[in-house]
Amino acid sequence: MSILINRNSRVITQGITGKTGQYHTRTSRDYAEGRTCFVGGVNPNRAGQDFEGLPIFGTVREAKERTGANVSVIYVPPPFAAAAIDEAVDADLDLVICITEGIPVRDMINTRDRMRGKRTLLLGPNCPGVITPGELKIGIMPGHIHKQGPIGVVSRSGTLTYEAVGQLTELGLGQSTAVGIGGDPVNGLKHIDVMRMFNDDPATEAVIMIGEIGGSDEEEAARWVKENMKKPVVGFIAGVTAPPGKRMGHAGAIISGGKGTAQEKLAIMESCGIKVTRNPAEMGKLLKSVL
Amino acid sequence: MNIHEYQAKELLRRYGVTTPRGQVAFTVDEAVAAAHMLGGPVWVVKAQIHAGGRGKGGGVKLARSIDEVRTHAQAILGMQLVTHQTSAEGQKVRRLWVEEGADIRKELYLGMVVDRGTQRVCLMASSEGGMDIEEVAAHTPELIHKVFIDPRTGLSDVDCDRVATAIGVPAASFEGARAAFRGLYNLFVECDASLAEINPLILAGDGRVIALDGKLNFDDNALFRHADIAALRDLDEEDPAEIEAMKHGLNYISLDGDIGCLVNGAGLAMATMDVIKLYGGSPANFLDVGGGATTEKVTEAFKIMLARPGLAAILVNIFGGIMKCDTIAEGVVAAAREVRLSVPLVVRMKGTNEDLGKKILADSGLPIIAANNMAEAGERVVAAARAGS
Repeated sequence: MSILINRNSRVITQGITGKTGQYHTRTSRDYAEGRTCFVGGVNPNRAGQDFEGLPIFGTVREAKERTGANVSVIYVPPPFAAAAIDEAVDADLDLVICITEGIPVRDMINTRDRMRGKRTLLLGPNCPGVITPGELKIGIMPGHIHKQGPIGVVSRSGTLTYEAVGQLTELGLGQSTAVGIGGDPVNGLKHIDVMRMFNDDPATEAVIMIGEIGGSDEEEAARWVKENMKKPVVGFIAGVTAPPGKRMGHAGAIISGGKGTAQEKLAIMESCGIKVTRNPAEMGKLLKSVL
Repeated sequence: MNIHEYQAKELLRRYGVTTPRGQVAFTVDEAVAAAHMLGGPVWVVKAQIHAGGRGKGGGVKLARSIDEVRTHAQAILGMQLVTHQTSAEGQKVRRLWVEEGADIRKELYLGMVVDRGTQRVCLMASSEGGMDIEEVAAHTPELIHKVFIDPRTGLSDVDCDRVATAIGVPAASFEGARAAFRGLYNLFVECDASLAEINPLILAGDGRVIALDGKLNFDDNALFRHADIAALRDLDEEDPAEIEAMKHGLNYISLDGDIGCLVNGAGLAMATMDVIKLYGGSPANFLDVGGGATTEKVTEAFKIMLARPGLAAILVNIFGGIMKCDTIAEGVVAAAREVRLSVPLVVRMKGTNEDLGKKILADSGLPIIAANNMAEAGERVVAAARAGS
């Protein structure tokens, strides 16, 4: 078991003809059962062609009808990415994973508003994607650092997630699923949503939650954990040294109005029974200590 | 991206928000000419810098005669204005805004931000205008009234009048309040603002609702569709190191410390700064080289970091996923040679072809200090910085 994706997922790439889309579709197909799971791509101008044997369709709806796809991954450039999400939502897919970084916030406000009442889940944007080790990788993360196992990983950042996964794997702790929810201020799944899924997943025994400055997602997830979580959770928050008012790379990583500081998040997580470390080199060790 | 108050007011006017009449001035003579053109008897001379808190720092002065306009313009233009939002050296004033005086009956606050929880634009208004809104939020949060605006319907008359009533606007001025609220919201949405503030929004003696100040920030990711707004960028108001970094596709922010760091990924970059601090050091910058740490990018990053006076050491922390460690190692070696690196360099590389990468660093003959994990990297770079200083 796992969350969000597994060997039965059927995936299409939106933006499969761009350089990024091609590169990461290739590495995802080369990982575990990717050859079976990836079933097509979408580009309105290249319908009827193929990418390394994957059929290209004109629309998401057509791709779904013809291949049975239930998941899409988006590498479409920022000005058109929100419309690509809309199209996948309209086609009623189960899950849309948007890797694209740099989508205007206004576009995401409108897209998220359109999604109200729809059942499609959105991961991202501006995220590394999701991987269920040994089964399926959808996104830009390096597959080889992962290992099958019982630890759930959820994070707002890309390379910091790899850092945590690398530490876990080195300690012999594999991962059930590793989820990057992305660094944008207006996004789809949040820490709390992923935490719920890990709580319900029999294959997940413990969770590592990695956050960063800005917003209050980590606090909300921590309060939910305190009331509901049946499994141990450990955490790290990046940005203790980040100055207020400065955007630290990610559009959502900004301390504004004195809110969203790392110290505040760490304090709330601790008060909710989540063990935290202030040393990112010790995320793996901390998790091992609670098993 | 930020713009100046006078530019914000121009945009506000375009969206139907009333502002005082005024003129921008780049010289004292222009300021005096502006005052003549506007007519008296009272003018306000305002320093145009991007930081807030200008009044307290002496950057906003009331003038009751043309002579006073000249005196104030002479004093403010060219001054290093220090506010709670500038560095200790302050920001040089290069532009002035001269506007007609206003008959203030009541000072209000109006702001808009994107609320991450509801994923909507949030209007915030308060009867406590002129004050720092963060202070109001901390001490009397009940005095801040909010509307989470439905993107499909926008601001209704009912919403506007309810907020207006709550902040003490009399019914006779509801029309003016609606114009201010709606104007700001339409501007916020159509121009892709990320933060908007009118503080104070005033109720004038004649009942008009007037924006006496204006602060607008824009979503950098949306500037591609607003060439007119992008053109308002004032590079004098930004950190030269950050501008230089931007040219090379580097995400860089200057900090106060003396240990430079170069990292791939924003989250890992923040975590690297935290590790430096944890081991007793202080980061000189945030730097995310992004997905491709090419020789050119690493070289430019080194140059930017080394340009800082007092830099004591550099830490490179790369998690090579898609990017291979040997490629990065070659880039680091080439860059170190090209810039004739003069401070200790600690490199931590992890991921694909890690061993090959480490060998390239070791064989280079350069005095590169290798680290196997983030803890070691933090410890070693802090020790190296101390040894050198």
